[in-house]
Amino acid sequence: MISPSPDKLPSAGLTPAQLERGVSPWRDAWHRLRRNHLAVFGGVVLIALSLLCIAGPWFSPYGYEQTNLDNTFSPPSSAHWLGTDQLGRDLLTRLLFGGRISLMVGLVATFVALTIGVIYGAIAGFFGGKLDRAMMRIVDILYALPFTIFVILLMVFFGRNIVLLFVAIGAVEWLTMARIVRSQIMAIKRMEFIEAARSLGLGTPRIIFRHMIPNILGPIIVYTTLTIPGVMLLEAFLSFLGLGVQPPMSSWGVLIKDGAERMEEYPWLLIFPGTIFSLTLFSLNFLGDGLRDALDVRAAKD
Amino acid sequence: MFRFIARRLLETIPVLFIIVTATFFMVRFVPGGPFDSEKATTPEIRANLEAYYGLNLPLHQQYTNYLKAIVLHGDLGRSTKYASRTVNEIIADKLPASLQLGGLSLLIALVLGLTAGVIAAVKRNTKTDYAASSFAMIGICVPTFVLGPLLVLVFAIHLGWFSASGWYDWQDRILPSLTLGIVYAAGIARLTRGGMLEVLNLDYIRTARAKGASEARIILKHALRGGLLPVVSYLGPAIAGILTGSFVIETIFQIPGLGREFVNSAFNRDYTLVLGTVILYAVLIIALNLVVDVVQVWLNPKLKFE
Repeated sequence: MISPSPDKLPSAGLTPAQLERGVSPWRDAWHRLRRNHLAVFGGVVLIALSLLCIAGPWFSPYGYEQTNLDNTFSPPSSAHWLGTDQLGRDLLTRLLFGGRISLMVGLVATFVALTIGVIYGAIAGFFGGKLDRAMMRIVDILYALPFTIFVILLMVFFGRNIVLLFVAIGAVEWLTMARIVRSQIMAIKRMEFIEAARSLGLGTPRIIFRHMIPNILGPIIVYTTLTIPGVMLLEAFLSFLGLGVQPPMSSWGVLIKDGAERMEEYPWLLIFPGTIFSLTLFSLNFLGDGLRDALDVRAAKD
Repeated sequence: MFRFIARRLLETIPVLFIIVTATFFMVRFVPGGPFDSEKATTPEIRANLEAYYGLNLPLHQQYTNYLKAIVLHGDLGRSTKYASRTVNEIIADKLPASLQLGGLSLLIALVLGLTAGVIAAVKRNTKTDYAASSFAMIGICVPTFVLGPLLVLVFAIHLGWFSASGWYDWQDRILPSLTLGIVYAAGIARLTRGGMLEVLNLDYIRTARAKGASEARIILKHALRGGLLPVVSYLGPAIAGILTGSFVIETIFQIPGLGREFVNSAFNRDYTLVLGTVILYAVLIIALNLVVDVVQVWLNPKLKFE
């Protein structure tokens, strides 16, 4: 755990004029985050990787599905920087293209999880009482279920449809978000500004979404960042079992699976996708941890 | 405590009922059936097969028959893929390998994780601490399906110390258990370090020191008990993860376990085998979670069996 030590107060590095104007909590967090080298490294790597994956394939002379049976399993060379696979496809192009898919799955499925989790948690926390108890009991029960098994069943039965992949993964990963949002909502619902909003006669949805959610954005952002690696891991897990993205499309999970099958003779097919994927997980985890420390989010344990 | 356990056991009945029902109808409403892949099945043979498995009965009757067989005889039915075998036999055949893999992985995770975590906490902010933390990073960032093949490449193919696949003697068990164990060892190491650091600053540790207890005794007897708490609550998800994680490990290392069987059974539309496995995994996970909860309260007197 990296936590800011007391001699490095967030105000350090500011000019007196800035100090006089005061520092917003967001700016404060930003300063703390910048001091966390691992988190900064993670953030930079993520931005660079995303840009590469988005723009890279445009500049590649090869298509991701373009085969060349005269040039299979070529080791890294000047023509194919990362070598080619069993069908002579350019690994770099497939890696970047697969990155688009993997990152997109990460973002979209996380968004699904975020939406369900925030709404569910907010309702349970806001209304409290019996409703809350029933809703949280459901979450407890769901936590204990072998969900991965259901995702596998869904993917096998309904075909390897990428939209279904998003929904299935999102539907599994919302539980922690719901718990966190609930506890945060409970913590602020007795505060005066909420009373004020209520006395203005505002409707419940408006109070929740306009007044409460913006005030608990910190924890939501932190756990979103920490959900993305979990989601990407699940996608790769499914792809590895042959249940994720279908060929000739690629994703990092698909490439790792293909690489693992042939690593004995052609280790680069495993090593490059494996490294990129691990690097991404590393970056997301450390950025998430850094954000958690910077935004000082604590109510995470339960 | 017995009331707590009894109540939790009662609660699992509706949960299991929902799981069985949901899975039962899910597998039946999906496109494709168990006999689609058989070549040239004449309508008569097909009808006979369906009659044999009771698939020609109305759906609600199939459902009640299935439930009755489970509740009355613990009978999970007959596999539609391997016609001569019952699901109970297949499970009895394949589960031991999966359980062994899971048990060894959990053991490795606990031993490596606790050791690394305690050492990192005691030697806080030294090189030893950083080394232990970097080790934990590997487990967090390198997924099993990358780590597994890499370990095979190094230790089985290049060094030839262990075998790359199979499940016959102890050499076959090391790489798979290590692969699965390291991931959770990393999580445990991080949590142990955090938990120990919090506890080591508390008054009762200072009291123990003041009484002249040896450092080893303070750490192992007094601090570890409190420091273990976050680890124990992590064990629930970890166990579920190890059980499902073994699907991938069994695929990589070609282990004849239940995980691989489950994935195949889903592809084969082997309704009864899919259902049987899902029920079994659900029971296992729920039971182990209960154990974890009991241990948690036992370790922390502040929590009560509510």
